[in-house]
Amino acid sequence: MTIIYLMTAIAEPRKELAQRSPRQIAWMRLKRNKVSMVAAGVALFFVLIAFLAPLVTKIFNVDNTTVYPNVLGDGGVPKGFGGGISWHHPFGLEPGVGRDLFGLLIYGSRISFSIAILTSIAFVAIGLFLGISAAFIGGLLDNTLGRLADFLLAFPTTFMYVALAYPLSLRVEAMGLAHHNGARIIVMVSVLVVFSWPGFFRVVRSQVLSIREKEFILAARTQGASNMRIIFKEILPNLWPLAIVYLSISLPGYLAAEAVFSFLGVGVQAPGSTWGLVLNDATNFWQRDPAYLAIPAGMVIIVVLALNLFGDGLRDALDSKSDR
Amino acid sequence: MFKYVSRRLAYAIFLLFLLSIVVYLIFGLLPIDPARISCGVHCSPATVLGNRHRLGLDVPLYEQWWRFICGIFAGRTYGDGAAQFTCPAPSLGYSFPHNECVTNVIAGAFPFTLSLAIGAFILWMTIGVSFGIIAARFRGTFIDKAATAFVLIGSSLPTFIVGLLVYIAAFLMHWIDPISQGLWVSPFSDPFGFFKNFIFPWITLALAFAAIYTRLTRGNVIETSSEDFIRTARAKGVSERRILIKHNLRTSLAPLVTNAGLDFGGLLGGAIITESIFQLPGLGMISLKAVLHDYDLPLIMGTTLVAATFIILFNLIVDLAYAYLDPRVRIA
Repeated sequence: MTIIYLMTAIAEPRKELAQRSPRQIAWMRLKRNKVSMVAAGVALFFVLIAFLAPLVTKIFNVDNTTVYPNVLGDGGVPKGFGGGISWHHPFGLEPGVGRDLFGLLIYGSRISFSIAILTSIAFVAIGLFLGISAAFIGGLLDNTLGRLADFLLAFPTTFMYVALAYPLSLRVEAMGLAHHNGARIIVMVSVLVVFSWPGFFRVVRSQVLSIREKEFILAARTQGASNMRIIFKEILPNLWPLAIVYLSISLPGYLAAEAVFSFLGVGVQAPGSTWGLVLNDATNFWQRDPAYLAIPAGMVIIVVLALNLFGDGLRDALDSKSDR
Repeated sequence: MFKYVSRRLAYAIFLLFLLSIVVYLIFGLLPIDPARISCGVHCSPATVLGNRHRLGLDVPLYEQWWRFICGIFAGRTYGDGAAQFTCPAPSLGYSFPHNECVTNVIAGAFPFTLSLAIGAFILWMTIGVSFGIIAARFRGTFIDKAATAFVLIGSSLPTFIVGLLVYIAAFLMHWIDPISQGLWVSPFSDPFGFFKNFIFPWITLALAFAAIYTRLTRGNVIETSSEDFIRTARAKGVSERRILIKHNLRTSLAPLVTNAGLDFGGLLGGAIITESIFQLPGLGMISLKAVLHDYDLPLIMGTTLVAATFIILFNLIVDLAYAYLDPRVRIA
């Protein structure tokens, strides 16, 4: 028994495994998760299309501003199958105004993705910065930030955004920072970030507090490492997995949040176009033009599902405890 | 225990107090003038000034806030002379578009929100906890995989899309009547009508929560089942069924109290998305309307404060419940 065990040990040296960095191990785990990889591909595809919107729409020879009133029939509903699906208009047309739905959705996804990505990066960055500061400096700062986080968590986020969107946009416009939808987007990102960082801040703070007591920090300190070095070289690398997981898991949430706010009429305003706005408009036409509702709804479902699947896979891959 | 309760209570009241100041500051500093808005299209500067005085907006912000706080406890009188009117305590202000005291508007909307929240809560707790237990019990089997798929889909689909799909399905099958949907039907006089009005909003609202609670329950049950006391029970020869019900669930369901309380408290402030899709005039719907139509500031402030109060209240309840369930919390 022992001999067999020894022989297999010799035949398959475990040395290789020991030399892999945590990042390589995580990547290896992620690669093995087929569902996550497919989801990542789908999500990446949508992100790419969103950011290459001008190019993609040029290839299909559509845009998000030209109106095609001659394709619209009675009551503004597009003629033909599936809301006017044809070679020229792969997703059909927008009833009423008559813009190309494909162009609208692609340009719309650019706004949605920008808001989601900006919000996620901003709240993770703020949470990291404040969490590390609170745990490291402690004392009054830690206390104040903790109380502030508690306080902000008592606010109903959706409510606050709905209530504040309009007046804050006016304020932003008055300050001359941006106009119309630009102001709306700035307000949306800011409000979401203000009410999102406390949750992540708490996690970071407690993580830093526990990492700070580990032996390798003590070792670094005995070698005379400065606080800055300890933060950036010893602690921050241990927080990246957490930050990445939070980033990827919150992304679909904010994508949906943007869609919801625009859907409710308090987000991006017409004639801008986002998925939420198109869906809002589609509720007026769904009985006569179901495709107009089904296509954007399907897109939101696919993207959000793909991002969630990828986020789940990433979390499993980065979690050092899940050894499968 | 008494010391702990009083300390938590004092903190909650302090938080509410602070919250009212911050809400007042935020809305007070915004470039919105309720006096101008409430006076309509044909408006002279004199009317605006008159309105401003009637609404009590001609005094400094801190005094406005103080009057607001006093109004909550003692009621509030607006205007003077013949145009004088009073909102009895607890007064949260006066809404011009509704031509009514904010408290009354909120009181009229609250039954919808409360019914929505309670029904959805019962639905998601039943589904979430039972699915979670079943998935944990049959871990790794087909049932567990189905539950995992349910969790993934349920928790990632945005509520407004679920709502739209549910609404359309119900409408196509003539289960929903868009006209009677917004009318209040008392559950005591017409239980069936009440149920019919709320079942689809309940499903919409409960789906995401049910998925989240399935995951939570499953995780907790599995984690608890590797504890020593479960092994002890098994060694004593206790049946699997009894282990699950008597030993495991008691431990694994306790942490759900926190989540359940906070989620329920959050919903009492109004479920904007579900309410607006199903045209239920609850708190979320009236504040959305207040924002979209003529920025009815007193009403928006009122609903925001009410929503935040519920969050703080349920935070308090959860803390107290936890202190009761787990003695270690009280001492800390």
